[in-house]
Amino acid sequence: MSTTSTKWREPRHRFLGLIAVVTAIGVLASACSGTPKTTRPSASTVPAPSTSHPVNLTVWTAFSGALGAAFDTLVSRFNAANTGYHVIADYKGSYSQVLSDTMAAFRAHAAPNISQIFDAGTATIMDAPGTYVPVHKLMAQYKLPFATSDFIGGAASYYETSADQLDSLPFNSSTPVLYYNKTELSNAGISTPPTTWNQLRADAATLGAHGQKCALTSSGAYVMWTDLEQFAVWNGFPYATDDNGYTAVKGVKLEIDTAPFISHLALLGELAAKGGYIWNGVSTSTVPLFTNGTCAMYEQSSADLSTIQAAAKFPFGVSELPIQNGAPDAPQNTVVGGASLWVLSGAPAVTYRGDAEFLHFLMSAQSQAYWASHTGYVPVTTAGSALLESQNFYATHPNDLVAVKELNNKAPTPFTRGIRLGYLPEIRQVEASAIAAVLSGKQTAAQALAAAQSQGDSILAQFAAQYGG
Amino acid sequence: MTRSRFAAASRHGGLIVLAVLFALPLYLAFVVASHSAADLLRGVPIAPGARLGANLRTVFSSSVPGTPSLRTMLVNSAIMAFGIAIFKLALSVPAAYAVSFFRFPGRMLMFWIIFATLMMPIEVRFFPTYEVTADLGLLNTQTGLILPLVASATAVFLLRQFFRAFPLELADAALLDGIGPIRFLTSTVLPLARPILAAIFVLEFIYGWNQYLWPLLITSAPNKVTVVMGIKQIISAAQSFSVPQWDLVMAISLVALVPPVVLIVAMQRWFVRGLTAGID
Amino acid sequence: MFRHRLLPLLLILPELVVVGLFFIWPSMRALAEAFQESNAFGLGSRFAGLANFRSTLNHTYVQAIEVTAIFTVLTTVIAMALGLFVAVQVEQTGRARPIYRTLFTWTYAVPGAIAGALWLFLFEPRIGPGSRLLAGLGVHWNFALSGPQALGLVIGLTVWQQAAYDFVFFSAGLQGVSDRVLEAARIDGVGAVSRFWRIVMPLLGPTVVFVAVMDVLAALFQSFAVIDIVTQGGPGGSTTTLVYALYRDGFQNGDVGMAGAETLLLFVLAAILLAVQFRVLNRRAHYR
Repeated sequence: MSTTSTKWREPRHRFLGLIAVVTAIGVLASACSGTPKTTRPSASTVPAPSTSHPVNLTVWTAFSGALGAAFDTLVSRFNAANTGYHVIADYKGSYSQVLSDTMAAFRAHAAPNISQIFDAGTATIMDAPGTYVPVHKLMAQYKLPFATSDFIGGAASYYETSADQLDSLPFNSSTPVLYYNKTELSNAGISTPPTTWNQLRADAATLGAHGQKCALTSSGAYVMWTDLEQFAVWNGFPYATDDNGYTAVKGVKLEIDTAPFISHLALLGELAAKGGYIWNGVSTSTVPLFTNGTCAMYEQSSADLSTIQAAAKFPFGVSELPIQNGAPDAPQNTVVGGASLWVLSGAPAVTYRGDAEFLHFLMSAQSQAYWASHTGYVPVTTAGSALLESQNFYATHPNDLVAVKELNNKAPTPFTRGIRLGYLPEIRQVEASAIAAVLSGKQTAAQALAAAQSQGDSILAQFAAQYGG
Repeated sequence: MTRSRFAAASRHGGLIVLAVLFALPLYLAFVVASHSAADLLRGVPIAPGARLGANLRTVFSSSVPGTPSLRTMLVNSAIMAFGIAIFKLALSVPAAYAVSFFRFPGRMLMFWIIFATLMMPIEVRFFPTYEVTADLGLLNTQTGLILPLVASATAVFLLRQFFRAFPLELADAALLDGIGPIRFLTSTVLPLARPILAAIFVLEFIYGWNQYLWPLLITSAPNKVTVVMGIKQIISAAQSFSVPQWDLVMAISLVALVPPVVLIVAMQRWFVRGLTAGID
Repeated sequence: MFRHRLLPLLLILPELVVVGLFFIWPSMRALAEAFQESNAFGLGSRFAGLANFRSTLNHTYVQAIEVTAIFTVLTTVIAMALGLFVAVQVEQTGRARPIYRTLFTWTYAVPGAIAGALWLFLFEPRIGPGSRLLAGLGVHWNFALSGPQALGLVIGLTVWQQAAYDFVFFSAGLQGVSDRVLEAARIDGVGAVSRFWRIVMPLLGPTVVFVAVMDVLAALFQSFAVIDIVTQGGPGGSTTTLVYALYRDGFQNGDVGMAGAETLLLFVLAAILLAVQFRVLNRRAHYR
């Protein structure tokens, strides 16, 4: 080798020097850079675009399969009406995917016009003013009829602000119900589905004795919704302090480390140990377990009715969720789950009239009736509900009525209006870990919920620190 | 003699068992992809079935309901893999040539800046890089998929290793003959560097094709999904059927792993050379 | 050696531009964000001091550090042992050597996400053949609920790929071990085991260190796809590595400040490893 080729024998400490230089530049940069100032044009009155060159509106949703098809039908009806706006609905994956994509896209100034934010994400966006145009203001600006009282009680109470206004349009709203396989129950000699959890435990033993090992499964991704959140309101227990977070941001704490939740989770753990209850983590869908006959009963959103109808090869029924034995106020009421539609700020001014018109179209009685009758969601407007009644829908579709009855069972108490907690999606992740720990026998229900409560409380404290100030 | 023959036989036996174990997941994927989804509920068969062709036709014509078309995903993957391999060479050849064959002020600093990128694979810097890519308006673009992945120093480093062993007398001779540096690069250096360039190309193509995290962050439009990142959506869509469509998932998986695996088998010499060039 | 001044700068410019845009600018951003706090939509940001770094001391992040440590050590040790064992055996097979080389190299080329899909099916709790085999052996297998089983699955899957990478390097390293020396030792009656430890290993030393560093880097940073496909970091965070935690905190939960702090911690970790690797490479240069 020639001598010149040894030119790269550099001393090693230069490497450390380089790191020092890079770090120094970084520190300097952090000192100089603040948040870039962005101008977010507020919605202002601008003339409607011409119908020959429609303005595109992007809507991000979590609707796939049968739900996606029903939503696409509504979208194409709106587009066919030739309003000068053309809606493009993009399926983004799960609810949490839509929320995290929306947050990331908003930070990147690439947000869609409208995002479908699920129940648990409500506080996260509602308490971040500046990220959205409140729907009640938007509708007023474009002189479209809109009032909180247009919506059914369960939907309005879940999404309204402390001033009784709606910042988002309640849209797909459902509530959990109990699906049951009629063939398997009657094979075991069980004539009616269980109405209490103790009875469900007894039925599980009977089913097991008749060779039907798995009695029950719950929603895969949202077992914390069915068995903790809705369990709380249906049985009349508070889920968190300050009326489940409706009346405060700072100082809110969970109340899931309490006897009713512990005994319920312990029951699921007891069933699971014998194979009587199956749930395999948030990323495994449980729909097949019910529709292929593995499990006889299924705690799942009423919104899955159409999916189950299409897949189940056996007669099935829908009944109200079992209640906790000894709960004084049970059954109280369930609350809506699902999502509402948020109009995001920062879009070109010309798009906001289109957003308003699209939302107006979605809340019309016709759209609501179509949506509810094709999915299993409840109609969110009283007009939509009335239209369905007048079409005699519930008389011919008793399965669809169960959700409506649960939601309106009793007038909600201050802590059964809903659950309004910041970073609730993260709290649900913590709860899912607790449920997995109990079902795998790693922890008792009391241990798991105590841990979930303390982690959940620190998430709530973090939210209060970031949003309350 | 018999003892060593026995040793050799048992060595072959052991290696064959290991190789079969290594190949088992691939074989099962092949078996599953060649049956119908309903067959699998009774347990996975031992032998391949007859439906491989039918399943492949299904995934190519209609994919799994609710997921992007397989053709689109494959085209996107190919663009990304070729893009990364080509851009990587286009950027790193001149850069490595400059730091190896020129003496100019700031040369060491340049080299160190590039070298420092070695410590930042995309998995380490993905969060701020996503934000920067978004600020540049490159979300959902091929540029956004490719550029942030091509600058890492691996290729510059490999090339410099190679150029370092290059007889510099040739450059001095070229200088005397009045041959300029660009012509020296194209006429002398590049032809001699062909093996290392091929090695880098193979490595980078596989690197690009196999990317998962970056496309997951950058692409939100269904028509920009690559097949490797799309597999997640495909799995969850397939599992929501009352009979999970594992046959289709495995058919798509086979299609997705064929390009890098065939490349590595066919170009093994280049691949191994590229991988080990840094240390030999 | 050319002595142009402008030309080399022009040649190096494209690379520098990309490095500046996608390495230096993001690094500075992470540095800035690590000391700020904002809501998940990036609004209302303000100076936060060390609050984000204090947040990394919370339960879930500390758990991620533990998971990463276990995952990294086990994958590295197992993959290296397997890769070295196979390389040594293959080295002695004569004519069949190229075939064996192919058989033990290809898994490295399988995209991580696709490898995840293959193994996900293999060990799917209800119908996977691997699960049925384990159930037959009396193991109560359900990685969707059991943390140790999930971590074991992810480790097994990573080893499946990483051992192939290690095999390539050990095979290359073994080329440098002279057959004549080994043959002489054999004739002198030195047994196979002590031939390996006393002759092969010392010569292979630098390769072993290099491979170890590369395996650690791969385990630390390149396991995202496998984890995201197979376990999504669960159950209960038992497969959430540092990179996965960064994805969860930064993207899923939208905590930009925390993501900035975590990114800086990863930078430091990567820099330490690079320094180790650099020392190794330099030492090798001296060997030659």
